[in-house]
Amino acid sequence: MNTHRKAGATGNPLTALRAATGDVSDRVRDWWADASRWQRWGIYALVLLLAIVAPHPIIASFMSPYTDWTSLLFNPIGTYVLLAIGLNIVVGHAGLLDLGFVAFYGIGAYTLAYLGTTVGWAFWPTVIMGVFLAAMSGVILGAPTLRLRGDYLAIVTLGFGEIVRITAVNTAALGGARGITPIPHPPNLFGVEFLLDPLPYYYLILAVIVLAVIFSLRLQRSRVGRAWTAIREDEDAAELMGVPTFRFKLLAFAIGAMVGGLAGTVFASKVIFLAPTNFPFILSATILAAVLLGGAGNLPGVIIGAFLIAWLPERFRGFADYRILVFGAALVLMMALRPQGLLPSRQRSAEIKEGTGGMGSLGAEVPRPDSDPDAAAVEVAR
Amino acid sequence: MLLEVTDVVVHYGKIAALKEITLSVDQGEIVALIGANGAGKTTTLKTISGLRPLSAGRIVFEGNDISRMPGHKRVTAGIGQAPEGRGVFPGMTVQENLLMGAYTRKGSVAKELAEVYELFPRLAERKNQSGGTMSGGEQQMVAIGRALMAKPRVLLLDEPSMGLAPILVNQIFDIIREINDRGTTVLLVEQNAQQALHLAHRAYVLETGRVVKSAEASLLLDDPEVRAAYLGGDLDVEGATG
Repeated sequence: MNTHRKAGATGNPLTALRAATGDVSDRVRDWWADASRWQRWGIYALVLLLAIVAPHPIIASFMSPYTDWTSLLFNPIGTYVLLAIGLNIVVGHAGLLDLGFVAFYGIGAYTLAYLGTTVGWAFWPTVIMGVFLAAMSGVILGAPTLRLRGDYLAIVTLGFGEIVRITAVNTAALGGARGITPIPHPPNLFGVEFLLDPLPYYYLILAVIVLAVIFSLRLQRSRVGRAWTAIREDEDAAELMGVPTFRFKLLAFAIGAMVGGLAGTVFASKVIFLAPTNFPFILSATILAAVLLGGAGNLPGVIIGAFLIAWLPERFRGFADYRILVFGAALVLMMALRPQGLLPSRQRSAEIKEGTGGMGSLGAEVPRPDSDPDAAAVEVAR
Repeated sequence: MLLEVTDVVVHYGKIAALKEITLSVDQGEIVALIGANGAGKTTTLKTISGLRPLSAGRIVFEGNDISRMPGHKRVTAGIGQAPEGRGVFPGMTVQENLLMGAYTRKGSVAKELAEVYELFPRLAERKNQSGGTMSGGEQQMVAIGRALMAKPRVLLLDEPSMGLAPILVNQIFDIIREINDRGTTVLLVEQNAQQALHLAHRAYVLETGRVVKSAEASLLLDDPEVRAAYLGGDLDVEGATG
């Protein structure tokens, strides 16, 4: 399967290294794609078990020698993973480039904070309201803008993210730049108190992540998921197959926003204090980087990507001032070795070879010498 | 008439790509649109299938005005298209591509799938290969087969011979004739005028967004102007030039 890689691997050492790492991760991906139901469930159970024991001090000692590991597991690791699962629906499934995803995170968090403090709602209704408002704002953002494609959509979404943040800065009722405090914690759950100890919050977000993963996987295998794949690969052709493309793009925005909003509410329930600075543009970019680094469209890859993006900067604290430099270098290295992401889906690899960059209507046309199907056809016929 | 296009005007920004195009397709026909690059052939097809909005005129299909109907609903109405450049979903397998064609259909599509595989035995051999790795001719087969999965009343084909070797062009044209014999009406856009006119019953010649000629295809083959402009003058060119 990878013969062509090996053929091209002579000379440039980076190419050789890329082929080697590519082989390993392709093999993992292929094994996973062909694995039986029971093997998969076994792996899921193992990963879940690992996540449950993750806060143990022994694991903490090597995963995070510099900061409190359990706090890290909640934020940024847990929140990034949840956000990446949400953004993956928009970018990975439907192929829509969203650079303002942090807006939905912010809307979810602010809804919980505002309704919980000023209005005095109980916790769970505020969560539902946060998710609902995030979904609504996804529809409001999408309805006028989803007629745009590729780069244009990216610019509009980027603007939306900034609008939400700046609105929060300038709205006195939301505390302006000083933010909102004191945000109430979740009520006791199964006899566990949610106070200052980060551990219960970690298990809360873990439970939410598990639900989001199940939801996302089921969605991907449904009729909706097939429509998204078609839209991502060729929007016009999808319309010609009878897929109501606009409606499904809007749905992707709304569902992605829901997961983003949910992440926001969970985040806000722990932090007590919330300010617009929690929702900068760079967070949108970081989550997008996590999705692309992991392999957009493939959930295990996306989760690994989000985990690395969240964890590495903390692990690199030993480098003190050079921490972000080392993190950047690590990202560059990973993308150089694995441009299609750590664990991309088979489907996406095929799309990338086709030359659309696997981005569907993101407009990332990446022609390669061997990617012209017409020329190839004539060659074959000769 | 199965499909009637009347005085249709389509704009790209301020530029009119179609300037009052009128054409019709009757049940059971093969109709060809021929013309040079930029004549408006592809735009005409895209407007009929609903990918381009029209600024004036109307499109009537089976007696219903579909001018404002969104593209995905025209598929259920009975218009199928194999788009320009084939539009095969590269990450899906051949079979997934074909099943995508039946997206709007409810119930079993096993019969249609079997029919497409019978029409294109090559696709049956490669049903698990991903669309992006197929050759140009095979992708064209996928595109046509995929459009047939929705059981269209009229099949719109946009340059099925584009980029294919002459031998494959002949194969594809034979299959189009076969599809028509089985009862599907075909509206075909082609630059390969010679072959298109041999295949079609009637044809329209488009020039810069206007229909400049329409007649029986066999008459156009002998028309001196058409011969000079699209068929390489009086040199008797056999077969394709692709």
